[in-house]
Amino acid sequence: MKVLEGLKYSKDHEWVRVEGNKAYLGITDYAQSAMGNIVFVELPEEGAEVGEGESIGVVESVKSASDLYSPLSGVVVEINEELEDMPEKINQEPYESWIAAVELNNAEELDNLMGADDYIKFLEGEA
Amino acid sequence: MSRYIPNTEKQQKDMLDVLALASVEELFADIPKDVRLERKLDLPDAMSEMELITHMQKLASKNGNLNEYACFLGAGAYDHYIPSVVGHILSRQEFYTAYTPYQPEISQGVLQAIFEYQTMICELTGMDAANASMYDGASALAEAVVMACQATRRKEVLVYKTVHPETRAVLHTYARFNGSKIIEVDYKDGSADLKALEEKISSDTAAVVIQSPNFFGAIEALGEIGERAHQKKALLIVSADPISLGILKSPGELGADIVVGEGQSLGNAISFGGPYLGFFATTQRLVRKMPGRVVGETTDQNGSRGFVLTLQTREQHIRREKATSNICSNQALNALAATVYLTALGKQGLKQAAMLCMQKAHYAYEELIKTGQFTACFSAPFFKEFAVRSRRPVEALNRELLKEKIIGGYALGKTYCELKDSWLLAVTEKRTKEEIDRLVERVGNGETGIGGGTV
Amino acid sequence: MKEKKLIFELSQPGRRGDALPQCDVPEQDINRLIPQDYIRESEPQLPEVSEVDAVRHFTALSQRNHGVDSGFYPLGSCTMKYNPKVNEDIARFDGFSKVHPYQQEEMVQGCLELLYRTDKMLSEITGMARISLQPAAGAHGEMTGLMIMRAYHEQRGEGQRTKIIIPDSAHGTNPASAVMAGFDVIEVTSDERGGVDLESLKAAMNEEVAGLMLTNPNTLGLFDENIVEIANIVHEAGGLLYYDGANANAIMGISRPGDMGFDIVHLNLHKTFSTPHGGGGPGSGPVGVKEELVPFLPVPVVEDKGGTYFQDYDRPLSVGRVKSFYGNFGVIVKAYAYIMSMGAEGLRNASETAVLNANYIMNELKNDYLLPYDRLCMHEFVLSAQKQKDHFGVSAWDIAKNLLDGGYHPPTIYFPLIVKEAMMIEPTETESKETLDGFIEKMKHIAQEAAKDPEKVKGAPYHTVIGRLDEVKAARTPVLKWERLG
Repeated sequence: MKVLEGLKYSKDHEWVRVEGNKAYLGITDYAQSAMGNIVFVELPEEGAEVGEGESIGVVESVKSASDLYSPLSGVVVEINEELEDMPEKINQEPYESWIAAVELNNAEELDNLMGADDYIKFLEGEA
Repeated sequence: MSRYIPNTEKQQKDMLDVLALASVEELFADIPKDVRLERKLDLPDAMSEMELITHMQKLASKNGNLNEYACFLGAGAYDHYIPSVVGHILSRQEFYTAYTPYQPEISQGVLQAIFEYQTMICELTGMDAANASMYDGASALAEAVVMACQATRRKEVLVYKTVHPETRAVLHTYARFNGSKIIEVDYKDGSADLKALEEKISSDTAAVVIQSPNFFGAIEALGEIGERAHQKKALLIVSADPISLGILKSPGELGADIVVGEGQSLGNAISFGGPYLGFFATTQRLVRKMPGRVVGETTDQNGSRGFVLTLQTREQHIRREKATSNICSNQALNALAATVYLTALGKQGLKQAAMLCMQKAHYAYEELIKTGQFTACFSAPFFKEFAVRSRRPVEALNRELLKEKIIGGYALGKTYCELKDSWLLAVTEKRTKEEIDRLVERVGNGETGIGGGTV
Repeated sequence: MKEKKLIFELSQPGRRGDALPQCDVPEQDINRLIPQDYIRESEPQLPEVSEVDAVRHFTALSQRNHGVDSGFYPLGSCTMKYNPKVNEDIARFDGFSKVHPYQQEEMVQGCLELLYRTDKMLSEITGMARISLQPAAGAHGEMTGLMIMRAYHEQRGEGQRTKIIIPDSAHGTNPASAVMAGFDVIEVTSDERGGVDLESLKAAMNEEVAGLMLTNPNTLGLFDENIVEIANIVHEAGGLLYYDGANANAIMGISRPGDMGFDIVHLNLHKTFSTPHGGGGPGSGPVGVKEELVPFLPVPVVEDKGGTYFQDYDRPLSVGRVKSFYGNFGVIVKAYAYIMSMGAEGLRNASETAVLNANYIMNELKNDYLLPYDRLCMHEFVLSAQKQKDHFGVSAWDIAKNLLDGGYHPPTIYFPLIVKEAMMIEPTETESKETLDGFIEKMKHIAQEAAKDPEKVKGAPYHTVIGRLDEVKAARTPVLKWERLG
C-alpha cells in the first residue's frame, strides 16, 4: 500500500494535504483498494460548514458505501467535480484525487492526525 | 405426510439415521421447553384440494363481483379492461415463482422486463428514471415525500386536499413517525387553489404534492403549481393516473421533480384493493436519492447486452439505516402486468383507452345533468371521473342501482363533509352506452326514487 | 444469439393490437372537453407490436429466468418453497379478483370474512392477540410494527424511548425500517454462537430504548436458547420485543413468538405461507401484536358482529393507515388457502421437514466446506467458502456461479455479514430427498473442482444465456431506460 510522506492521515483512512489555511481531503490507497472499483462519489456543497468528524460526502463501490468524514472542522471551499464523471480516478490515483478542500477553523485539529510513519504502523495494526 | 411435502416416512427415517438422531423432536433441542407449544395449533382441519376449492368458491360467492355488476365506482381503483395476454404471461412460472433477480445470469427475463417497464414509465411520465415499483400509489407518494425532505433538507410538505383521502392518511402516518410535517392545502371549485398555496409555501417547504387528475377527477394546472414550488426551491411531486397520460401532457413536461401514481389501471386486477402497483419516477438530478430497486443495462465479458440490479448502495441490504428507504420486496409481478398491458395496447391502444374513458365519462356527465336531478359540482375539465351534486341522497341512488346490477359512484360526503350531496362517478372504456343510459334512466327520474336514509 | 431484443426494438410504426372496441357514445372534439394546453403534443413511445410478437417476446424473456418450478432454489432467508397451483386459481376467482375495495360492506362479506379468519389463524400460529393484514411486504410490516411500538410508548408518556436495539446479524431491512419509524439504531454484536450477547444487551438497555428487534432463529439458522432471558431483560427495562418473522418457517406449531415473549411480530406470507415471490413481489407482511398493543394497529380492523363482518375505523389510538385499502388482498387469499390446505399438523410437519432437510444437507457438506457453527441448525444454515478462498482463490461468488451451470439457484451469499464468504442455504420442506442429494452431489463436485482446476471454477457460468455482467459499468454510468437511437 502506498503511503505518501508529507500528508496527514486519519483513522478512517483519509489523507489531508495542508496548503496554507486550506486542507485537501481524499481517501488513501488502502481505502480505495479495500473498497474495490469506485463507481460514485457524492461531493459536499461548496460553502457547507463541517464539524470535526462530520460526514462531507460518500464514496461508493458496487456493493458498499463509505461516508467521508472530515477530520477537520471548517468551510468547504472547493470540490473536485471531475470525480462526478470519473470516480475511477480515486482507484487510479488516490493521492491526486482530492475530494474536497476545507478552509480550517482550527489548525490545531491537525495535531490529532497521524503522520506517514504512524499511519503505516496503524495499517499494520489493522491487518 | 401432508400435501406439498414430498419425502416419505421412510426417507425421513433414513435422513434421521444419517444424522444419528432418533426422532425429529431432537432437532429442536435448542428451543427451551417452556417456550414450546405443547398442544396442536387450533386451526381448521386440513382440506383436500377438492374440498378447498368448494370452500373458497363459497367464500367468493359471498362477494358481488364486477362480472355481475357494471361498475361506476372508481375513487382510486378502476375497472379497466385487461387484455387476455396479460394473465397468460403472468401465469408463466418463471416469472411468478422467481425471487428478486439478484443472480443476473438466470434472471435476465425479469431484469429485462423491469428495464422495459422503467422505460415505459419514463415515457408516460416524462421523467428520466423510474424504479422497479413500490407497494401502491399511496406508499409511493409517502416515499416521494421522504425523498423530497432528504433532497431539500427541509421538513414541511404541502399537500392539496384534492389528493386521495386514503393517500393523505398514509402520508400523515409516515410523517407522524419520521419527523416531517404534512400541511394540507385547500381546494377551490374542485381544483388546487393557488392562493391557498401561496399563503402556506415558504423556504421551509420541501415539496408541494398534487394529484392529477385529482380525487374529484379534475385535471390540475400542474405548470402553475410547479412554478410556485420552484420559486421557493421546493420540489413538485405529482401523483398521476397512468391511463390519462395517454392523452394528457406528462407531468415531466410540466415541471414535476417526482412523479408517482397508482398503476393498478395498467393491467392489474381490482382484487379488493391489492396487490396493486406504485410507480415512481424522477429526474436525472435526483436519481440517487430514489428509493427502491433499479435495473440498469450493462454488458457481459463478451460484450453482450444484459441487465443487472444497479445503484444498490441506496438500498437497505447495503446501506442499512442510511438507506433511502426500507423497501425490499416490491410489486414486481404487478409491474410486469403493466409492461405486458402497455405492450398489448401499444402506442395507439393507450391513447384509444384514454379517449374512450374521456368520451364516455363526458357523455355520462352530460346525460346526468340533462335529467335535471343533478348539477355540476365543479367547473374544471375532467378525465374519466367527475362529481355531480344530487337532489337525492347518493346512498339511496347507489342502493337503487344495485337492483339494476350497477355499482354506483363514491359518496364524497364520506371523506369531504362539505360535499355531502356529491357523487363521484368513474366511467372507464368498459362501460357501454347501454350501461350508461341504464344508470341515467334509473337515477334520472326523481319520481321513482325510494328517498332518503343513509347506509 | 445471447442478447434478446427489447420490446421497443421489435416495434413497427402503425402496428397495433385490437383489444378495445370503437366508441359507442357520440364523440366530441377533444378540444371541447379539455383545454388544448393540457393535451400531449407527442405520444409516449410505447411499443407497436402484434399480439403474437408480444407473446413470443415475453415467453422468450420467461425462458431466460429461473423459478421455483424450474428447479431447486435454496436461497437462505427467502423460503423459496413450492407455490401451490390451486392457490393461483383461487386468487383469480371472480369473487376475489373482481371486487372493488369500496363496494358496500354487505357486498364484500366473503372478502371480509377471509381477512378476519386469516387474522385469527395467524394470531393462533404466532401467539398474538390480533393481526393487521395491511402491510404489503416484510419491510412494510417491520415499519408498521415499529410505529406501533413508538405509539405505545408515547401513549404511556415515554416518548423519550427513541432507540431500537438490533443485532449486527439482522437483515438490512431492520435498521432501515427503524429509521422510517423515527428510531435511532443501536447495533449490538452477536456472541460467538450468533446469539444475542446478554451482557451487551443489559448494558445497552435504558430508559431511551424502545425495544429490541430480533430474528429467531437468527440469520445463521440458530435458535437463540436464551430467548426467555432476553425477553426478561428487555421487558424489565420497559422495552418491547419485536419478532422479525423472516425465519418463521422453522417454528410453525412448534414454538410461538408470543410464547417466547415477543410483543410484536411480522410474517412474510410470501415466504412461510407459500405465496409466490413474483420476481420480487408482491408480498404481504402482516403484523401481529399482543393484547395491550391492539389499539395501535392500523385502521381499519375487520370485526365480526354476529356473523356479519365490518371494518372498524373508530380506533383513536391507531397509528393510522400504512397503505391504501386493506393490504395485498390477492396474496392473502393464497396464504389463507395454504393454511386451510395444511391444517395444524401440516404446518408443524412443514417446519419439521424444513429443519430436517436443512440439517441433512449441512451434515453432508460439512467436510467439504467450512461450517462455522457446527451444531444442529433450524430451517437454514450458513456454510463458508473460506477454505476454497484461502487455498484456491475460489470465492462464494464463484461457487454460486457454478451452481447456475448445474441448474440450481445459488444460496444467499455474503450474508449474514458476520461470516466471511458466507453461503446461506435454506432447502424448505417442499424438496424431496432426491433433490437434496442431487444438490449435495453438485456442491461436493464444485469443492473437488475448486481444488483440481480453480481457474475453471472461477470462469463459471458457462451455460447460462449470458456471462458474468459488468456491474461496475452499470453503476458508474447508469443506463436505466432504453433510448431510441438517432
